[in-house]
Amino acid sequence: MPSFPGVDYMLIDSLFSEDELMVRQTVRDFVDEEVLPIIEHANREEKFPFQLLPKMAEMGLFGPTISEYGLPGLDNVAYGLIMQELERGDSGLRSFASVQSGLVMFPIYTYGSKEQKDKWIPKLAAGEKIGCFGLTEPDFGSNPGGMRTYARREGDSWVLNGAKAWITNGSIADVAVVWAKCEGTIRGFLVEKGTPGFTAANHMGKFSLRASVTSQLFFSDCRIPLDNVLPETNGLKYPLSCLTQARYGIAWGALGAAMGVFNTAVEYSKSRIQFGGQPIASHQLVQNKLAWMITEITKGQLLVLQMGRLKDEGKLKPQHVSMGKMNNVNIALECARMARDILGANGISDEYPVIRHMMNLESVKTYEGTHDIHNLIIAEAVTGIPAYNPPMSAKAEKEATERAAAEAAKK
Amino acid sequence: MNSVVCISQVPDTESRIKIAADGKHIDEAGLKFIVSPYDEFALEEAIRLKEGKGGDVTVVTFGPDRSAQALRECLARGATKAMHIKGDSVDADSLGVARVLAAAIRTLPHDIVFFGKQGVGTDNGLVGPMVAELLDVPQVNVVTHLEVGDGKLTAHREIEGAEEIVECSLPAVITAQKGLNEPRYASLKGIMAAKKIPIDTRSVADLGLTDSDVFHQRVTFVGLETPAEKSGGRKIDGADPSAAAQEIIKYIREEAKAL
Ligand SMILES: Cc1cc2nc3c(=O)[nH]c(=O)nc-3n(C[C@H](O)[C@H](O)[C@H](O)COP(=O)(O)OP(=O)(O)OC[C@H]3O[C@@H](n4cnc5c(N)ncnc54)[C@H](O)[C@@H]3O)c2cc1C
Repeated sequence: MPSFPGVDYMLIDSLFSEDELMVRQTVRDFVDEEVLPIIEHANREEKFPFQLLPKMAEMGLFGPTISEYGLPGLDNVAYGLIMQELERGDSGLRSFASVQSGLVMFPIYTYGSKEQKDKWIPKLAAGEKIGCFGLTEPDFGSNPGGMRTYARREGDSWVLNGAKAWITNGSIADVAVVWAKCEGTIRGFLVEKGTPGFTAANHMGKFSLRASVTSQLFFSDCRIPLDNVLPETNGLKYPLSCLTQARYGIAWGALGAAMGVFNTAVEYSKSRIQFGGQPIASHQLVQNKLAWMITEITKGQLLVLQMGRLKDEGKLKPQHVSMGKMNNVNIALECARMARDILGANGISDEYPVIRHMMNLESVKTYEGTHDIHNLIIAEAVTGIPAYNPPMSAKAEKEATERAAAEAAKK
Repeated sequence: MNSVVCISQVPDTESRIKIAADGKHIDEAGLKFIVSPYDEFALEEAIRLKEGKGGDVTVVTFGPDRSAQALRECLARGATKAMHIKGDSVDADSLGVARVLAAAIRTLPHDIVFFGKQGVGTDNGLVGPMVAELLDVPQVNVVTHLEVGDGKLTAHREIEGAEEIVECSLPAVITAQKGLNEPRYASLKGIMAAKKIPIDTRSVADLGLTDSDVFHQRVTFVGLETPAEKSGGRKIDGADPSAAAQEIIKYIREEAKAL
């Protein structure tokens, strides 16, 4: 398996620190040597590659920005470069890492009690325990605030009822961070695998992220200890803050997928001969596609690099992250489609990594806030008007929430 | 248990090598450099020894400025100290390099000195054995399995059709063969810790050697050439298998003259 040479049209490497480049190289080598040789099979068989976890954990890829609990305490650019390389391997593998680090370790570390942190952070970092993040419901995707899963206090327990859908790692998770309505607000709860009343079932027939597990979670009078609430969570902004972490990683990750397909397209087009003994790379229509791809990748690199530096300075806002996620996933998907086209019939075969990336990126476009919703968040920052939730629907929703709360109280 | 691991930085094995204008060196522009792959087995073995028995793992390299990066990579994987002897090691022959390394090793605590069985690129496989002679210590080369006891070691090495098991006293020189272990990836924590470890940088003169001990001595590069371009293969029509076989035999006998 030839090693990945990187994509650096604009000498952007000169903007990274020596440690950042070393982190990238280490993960790059890992992806070339351990991920790429097995990933097409995992994707074809629809199996998560569990065998990669011990090495990933040993390298410190889970929770790498945390500096307590013996974790590496990396800066956010180094974290982004990890996500970039992992997703050059596979969006499903990056999803696993995003969920484990950004959506499970982050909320436990940031909003959890000392006991919760001591119990979970070391094991999640070691890959001994797997986490998932349950926000989306069958009827509430872009609008998670409307969720119907709720928790009520009964004696020394919380009792959870409801269902979550499209949850990455759901059925393989040892601990689920579940968001539920509770006493007039939204709070996060830690539900352990095997708790009576908690079951998970996988979404079947996926054509995207096949090397990642996606599940529904069901809660039916699921009783958990009072201590299992994340004490500091109190409102929708808490799960959204987790999503901001994960989306930040996706903005970098998508570039990795784009670099992977770009590299494949360049190599292929230089060696594929059609008409007059010329490689297809010598035709202007093909060149135009390659030029578009490298230009968009380069713009995307500068965007995420600035996001990373802002994040390290504590100045990164959710609307910045929306731009990174929206743009980079979009261009990555376009790059994948163009690369697919350049590879001709080979572009639809898993002999090459292109079709897998292309199908994966369709999920990435939708999850963690759809492409359109992120555009609306950007435009809200520009206009002050939240078009995704105009005043009339906000009012109707508030009334519906109050009705549901009143009914729950009656029960 | 203190180990010294001598490593060299070499062009990535997948690089497309270009020859420099002087016709004697390779053109380093745009090349990616890595720790020579056999040295990785040597380093891994030393780190495992340290993890089991304590002590230091000092990585040593003789090379130009860029080689410091290779030392950083070794520190990130778990070496505890690093020494960089700066110099144009490409202009030294194997004995020149061995003299520099032996002089460096004498200044360091060492129960075992590890090398890769050869440096990828030049592939002479001479430096490790020469250092052992200069230090006047036993050596076991092309080692695939190692056990270290009190004051002695037992090493397994591949020989034609068999495995040889060798015992020797410490200190000793070991050159590592593929299969000795599975080298680990650097950990992110290791990368962060590595930048806090200072690299002890010396010159050849600091080690009490003169340029004439080291550079442009017995062996010099007269010229470098890239291998001849491969000519395209030849297709033989396989419609009639026995005719095809005849044609292949004729080719082997008369054109390739291999029979
Ligand atoms: C593989 C995969 C893994 C996932 N993993 C997780 C996970 O781990 N945890 C989790 O909680 N969720 C997860 N999700 C769910 C994901 O976050 C949601 O699918 C996403 O938020 C979109 O919700 P939806 O599918 O219900 O689409 P909808 O919200 O129904 O959206 C459908 C379409 O309508 C558009 N739309 C919706 N509302 C508006 C509006 N107001 N204005 C304009 N357009 C609008 C959207 O942009 C989209 O084009 C995952 C999804 C997938 C596919």
